Amino acid sequence: MDDLNNFNELIIEDTVYKTRINKKYSIKKHYQPKDNSIVSAFIPGTVRKIYVSEGQNVFRGDKLLVLEAMKMKNDIVAPINAKVKNIKVNIDEVVAKNQILIELEI
Amino acid sequence: MSIFQSIADLFKRKEKIEAGGGEKAVKKQIDMGKMTARQRIQSILDPNSFYEYDMFVEHKAEDFGMDKKYLPGDGVITGTGTIFGFPVCIYAQDFTVAGGSLGIAHARKITKIMDHALKLGIPLIGINDSGGARIQEGVNSLAGYGEIFFRNTRASGVIPQISVILGPCAGGAVYSPALTDFVFVVDKISKMFITGPEVIKTVLGEEISMEELGGARIQSEISGNAHFFAESEQECFEQIKKLVTFIPWNNRKKADVFPAKPPRSNFDINKIIPSESTEPYDIRDIIRAICDDSDFFEVHQYFAANIVVGFCRFNGETVGIIGNQPNVLAGVLDVDSSDKAARFIRFCDAFNIPLLTLVDIPGYLPGIDQEHSGVIRHGAKVLYAYSEATVPKITVILRKAYGGGYIAMCSRHLGSDFVFAWPTAEIAVMGPEGAANIIFRQEIAEAQNPDEVRKQKVEEYKQKFANPYRAAANGYIDAVINPLETREFVLHSLLIAKNKKEDMPYKKHGIPPF
Repeated sequence: MDDLNNFNELIIEDTVYKTRINKKYSIKKHYQPKDNSIVSAFIPGTVRKIYVSEGQNVFRGDKLLVLEAMKMKNDIVAPINAKVKNIKVNIDEVVAKNQILIELEI
Repeated sequence: MSIFQSIADLFKRKEKIEAGGGEKAVKKQIDMGKMTARQRIQSILDPNSFYEYDMFVEHKAEDFGMDKKYLPGDGVITGTGTIFGFPVCIYAQDFTVAGGSLGIAHARKITKIMDHALKLGIPLIGINDSGGARIQEGVNSLAGYGEIFFRNTRASGVIPQISVILGPCAGGAVYSPALTDFVFVVDKISKMFITGPEVIKTVLGEEISMEELGGARIQSEISGNAHFFAESEQECFEQIKKLVTFIPWNNRKKADVFPAKPPRSNFDINKIIPSESTEPYDIRDIIRAICDDSDFFEVHQYFAANIVVGFCRFNGETVGIIGNQPNVLAGVLDVDSSDKAARFIRFCDAFNIPLLTLVDIPGYLPGIDQEHSGVIRHGAKVLYAYSEATVPKITVILRKAYGGGYIAMCSRHLGSDFVFAWPTAEIAVMGPEGAANIIFRQEIAEAQNPDEVRKQKVEEYKQKFANPYRAAANGYIDAVINPLETREFVLHSLLIAKNKKEDMPYKKHGIPPF
């Protein structure tokens, strides 16, 4: 597991260090700022109910749809005051994790 | 029955139990590349030193046809023995008996040997190879786990506890090893996880193999749940035996003292460290250059390799070493390396093992992931562990000691008893580049040739602060020493700190930033 050959550069407080990068550091996920205009599935499941229609204005906290996963019905709510731009799923549709459910217009 | 007949009867009974789950199950175990539970115990202990307890224990479960099932030893072997004459309590789950599943009789055998170890003040070694809870026994098997966890916790810091994962160890079962001091794993044999690949696939739709989820390499390199990684069971047993020689029987004793040996001559301390403080080297070479017989026994070798921890000896006495590793991530402190160091420091302090800290640290790892993972509270563990430790604490600053990293690495301010610095030490709030860019920001920005001025200012700062003498002038460092004298200074410090006793303010216990 020791990789003894590859040296990289690591900058700490403007100083460039020559050093190795370990596996965990190299596979870490890069940060992505949250995009409130996209509502996606936090868990794979089935869409059971859709409360809103396209063009409708919603307030932060309003229920958008019900996503059933692990026998639990999860209310998916609006993260922000917005207008429903696009509903990308249908009732009883099986969705994967991170699949886009609804697009909002902020 | 004559005495001879009853002895023959005893042998017959023992033989049946020693056969474990029977020929077929034993063959299956061996075909998986695994030793049997009994072979494992015998390979770890001194020859003929194993004395088995509770061989004839039987379960009393009745549901789901259990009343008709006889499980030899109820799937676990327990007893006492010695390693290089050093007493230990040991148990090994037997996968050939009902998959090593844990029922209440099985658990009670384990808790009995745990109580024994705690009462006698000797280390406990647990070999885990089990499919998990014995479902037929319902809540009784959960009770069994709970009683084991309770004893692991009560014994923590009193006797050394060693867990060896030689098969599956899943669900609740993982928490006994997690509560112990050292976890050993073997490539392709050990598998640890809370929820397995099947559940993850059903719930999250993510597919991963058992090996990639919780195999020996993952636990050693990524999660840090395991402290020692071996390619084979035999290698693993050698590691366990070696570890036992470095640690005391219990928290009221000191580790055995071995004959003193000088370091081997092939390490030239002056040639290991590059003069440029941004250049890497292997801190373990420095350790080997100063410790007895150049024998450094590394703990957590593959996890958070940016800090190195482990045991070695000075004039035969066990010392715990913590050193920044410039070879990996420039030797920074981050979430993982802080956890690793803090835990090791607390083990050494609990078991009367002096600490030697070798410092060459540029600071903390910058990053969003670090901040979001709580590098603040994880980093605080290092401060807590060092400040709390009352064993002799020796610090040697080799090169960089910048900012928070300087404070954290067992500085005088955290109660170090001896702080030495090499003449190459740079003790400052930050590296010269960063400092010059801040202090002379305006001057650099307004200059006609900013790069030239920056260079000049960096050099100026280096001359002024990138040395040990400012810190020495304040008494924060006891002596600036020739690197070649490092071993002598460490030996002398250990000698005069031999009777160190430090009382802590009365408390039930502290609240470390878990």
